[in-house]
Order: sequence, then structure tokens, then C-alpha cells
Amino acid sequence: MGGFDFSNHNRNAALHAQGVPLPKATSTGTTIVGCLFDGGVVIAADTRATSGPIVADKNCEKLHYIAPQIWCAGAGTAADTEFTTAIISSNLELHALSTGRKPRVVTCMTLLKQHLFRHQGHIGAYLVVAGVDPTGAHLFTVHAHGSTDKLPYVTMGSGSLAAMSVFETQWKGKLTKDEAVKLCADAIQAGIFNDLGSGSNVDVAVITAEKTTLMRNYITPNVRERKARNYRFPKGTTAVLNEKIIKKEEISKYVTVHELEDDSVTATAETMDTS
Amino acid sequence: MMATGMLGEDGIHIDMNHLKKGEVNLGTSIMAINFKDGVILGADSRTTTGAYIANRVTDKLTQVHDTIWCCRSGSAADTQAVADIVQYHLGMYGITNNEAPTTQTAAAIFQELCYSNKDQLSAGIIIAGWDHRHGGQVYSIPLGGSLHKQSYAIGGSGSTYIYGYCDANWQEDMTEAEGVKFVKGALQEAIMWDGSSGGVIRMVVLTAKGAQRHLYLPDNGYQGPGKQ
Repeated sequence: MGGFDFSNHNRNAALHAQGVPLPKATSTGTTIVGCLFDGGVVIAADTRATSGPIVADKNCEKLHYIAPQIWCAGAGTAADTEFTTAIISSNLELHALSTGRKPRVVTCMTLLKQHLFRHQGHIGAYLVVAGVDPTGAHLFTVHAHGSTDKLPYVTMGSGSLAAMSVFETQWKGKLTKDEAVKLCADAIQAGIFNDLGSGSNVDVAVITAEKTTLMRNYITPNVRERKARNYRFPKGTTAVLNEKIIKKEEISKYVTVHELEDDSVTATAETMDTS
Repeated sequence: MMATGMLGEDGIHIDMNHLKKGEVNLGTSIMAINFKDGVILGADSRTTTGAYIANRVTDKLTQVHDTIWCCRSGSAADTQAVADIVQYHLGMYGITNNEAPTTQTAAAIFQELCYSNKDQLSAGIIIAGWDHRHGGQVYSIPLGGSLHKQSYAIGGSGSTYIYGYCDANWQEDMTEAEGVKFVKGALQEAIMWDGSSGGVIRMVVLTAKGAQRHLYLPDNGYQGPGKQ
């Protein structure tokens, strides 16, 4: 008989009822931000991926490609952000091909929200969607449950509070490209330094009507320094109290020795007489 | 307390408090009123994820047709999804019948969606619109998916604080200026007393002339009992 076997589900439910926790997914305890400027949009992210208290990747990529002029920053479950952006990127390319037009950011946002709403929050993808299309520059946030927001500056992830404090104190209308990049980088650094879930480097993507520039590791504030000191002690550090030389010929007095019969046998374990 | 996902003696236990953890909620103050020439919709602008304000300038007044709008409260994701579907249906209706849908039609589509998916949705919606057949109308759809035609409707967590205000100050057939004053005064109180409501006051005035937006700060000209 064909069909699916659901016996593992019963086993998992029974284990879960006994208090066995589910395996942990690699999550991007993250800081991601986005900011509109005069003529385009900037998004930025930190590069730390965590699995519980462990840093799983010190330099991961959280800026995802959707279309040449549409990019996405992802927080939440790493696998989910990776796959949802890939699926929507694929669907949007097919859509662009069939309509013969450049894809729009609202289209991308709608595909994402409908996909995430259908899965009722089980796909843990929290995204910042940014891009430039024939209607202008756009910036959105999409939450795992499928709600969206449209704002001039946005932050998401565990470091969003630290990053938002930078935006709320430094943001102004009519930013230049360089000012927007600086503001986003500063917001990410606030996340890197003040949020335990975020760390390592700053990635930035700048999207204008002309081109998209991905600046991988735009700022590296956590370069591993060469250790100033080490634990290698100079010879003679430990005092020699006595010295005794044992010649090779006399070694059988201390250890049982078997002569090897042929070269193929490389080593045998022996007990050492330490008395 | 039983932990989330624990199975009870009956084999099933769902902890409602953790059912939609981390979901974006519209801890809201929303309302819509009838006045002489049409309807006025009003809302605060706060969306929250737990204690964090995810958006302080949210637009909870959503257009579903030219002069049919709705106020959204409850889950942001659910109400956006429902409003998007209704907008699609009304768009189709308008094109196929070559005539704009009535507010009643819009409210009936909202009810269909809210009632048939009541177990999965947390959405409290107020529909208000102006159409050539009935003029201005206000409908309310609370959590269970029932539909109520009202002269005015209030909703969201902040509405509990303004039942008295609305009841004491309500008048039939107000002018536009009186209507705006009523809505603004009510939402100022709701924002003042409800911690989950805040930001700015957004309003939409719907008449034969179309839709017109208003924006007010909640503490601007506030003279109520919560005055410092």
C-alpha cells in the first residue's frame, strides 16, 4: 500500500508530551534595517547566526537577492528566510518574464505576505523588503504571520530596538545616499554592540534606479587581533631537578620489547613499567 | 500552568495564550460614525508586538473600494489578509456589474470571511462607506463574525474607555465639523486611557464628493479629565 506513514508523528507527540523538546533551528538573532533616501533605498544587516547560545556562523549573509533591483534582509529562522526569499525570487522572475515588465516591490511584498499568511506563522521569516521599480523606491517589513508595514525607515530582529533608537534620534527627511548608508551602518553597529543575538560585521546593499551595489562586510568592527601574549614558555622555565640517561640497548630493563617481524606492522601498544 | 504544546488527558491541549506568540497585534482604538452627508472613520496609529511598538504611524483605515473603507482591529496579519480579499471581490464586482458595490455588499463579504474562518481569525472590523443607493452606512463585525448595522460603532481595546463618552455626546445628523469633533474627542480619550493605543489620530471622511483624509495629534487641544 502506498501513501504516507504518520507513525513518527505519534512518536513525536508522545515524546513532546513527556517533555522532550524539539530540535533547535539555526536562528538569525539579528539586526536588520532599511532606510529610504532621495533616489533609492539602503538595507543593511549584521552577520551573526546563532543556534541557542552558540554562534553558528560569524560571517553569514542575511541580504538576499530577489530581483536585480529588489533585495531582502532576513531575520528569524535562517532556513526559512533563505527558502522563502528563493521561492519568491523564482516566482517573481517568472512573473516578470510573462508580463514583460520589471518586477515591482509591492508585487514581491504581496507574494511574500500571502505565502507567509498561508503558513500561519509556522514559517519563521521576518523580512525587510526594499527595492526600486518604475513607480519609485519602496521599503516594507513583512512579519512571519503575514502582516506588512510601509515606512521610511525600518528595523527588525532582536537588535531592532537598539537600531531603532539610532533611527529615531538621527533620521531626517531628504537624506543623501551617503547619509543613508552611514545611518544604516550606525544602526546595525548599535545592534552588533548592544544586542547579544547580533554581532560581527555590517553588510550593506544600496539600490538606486541605475544600479544595485552590495557592499559585503562594509564595516568589520570585530577583526580578530593577533594575541598580545601566549602560553608558550621559553626553554628552561621549569627547573631540572635531576637527570638520567637511558641507552636504547638498556630499554628492555624498563619495558617489554617485541621485535617486529615485518614492516607492515607499524606499532604495538606496550605497558610501561614505571616502578 | 500547563506548558505550551503539552498533551492533556484527552490527548489535546491548546494554550490559547501562546497560540500566536510574537504576532503583530493592533491593540487599537477604532470607530466610525454616520453624519449628515456621509460617514467618518477614525483610528489611532499604534501596532504592537508584545510590549514593543512595531509601528507608531500605522494606517488602520483601509480602502476596499472608492468610498467603502474599513477600520481594522485584532491581528494585523489576519485583518490585512481579509481586507485584501474583500478589496479583490469588490473590485471584481465593480467591473462585472459596471456599478460600484454598496456598503452592505462589502459588509456581507467581510462577514462571510470572518464567520466561516472564525476559529482561525482574530479580527474585529468596522466597515463604513458611502454609496448612491443608501448614502452613508456603518457596519460592525466583532470577533464571532456577526454583522451589526449601527449609527456609530467603536472597537478595539481602547473602545472600552469611551462607551460613556460616546453615549453622552452622540447626536444624530451632525455636521461634518461636529462629526470630526466627536470622533477626535472620543479617540483622544481612548488614547489617553488605553496603553495599547497611541500615536496619531487618523480620520477619513466619506461623502458624495469622495474620500478626504484628516490627521490630528491626540494631545492637541485636549481638555478632558486626563489633562495634566
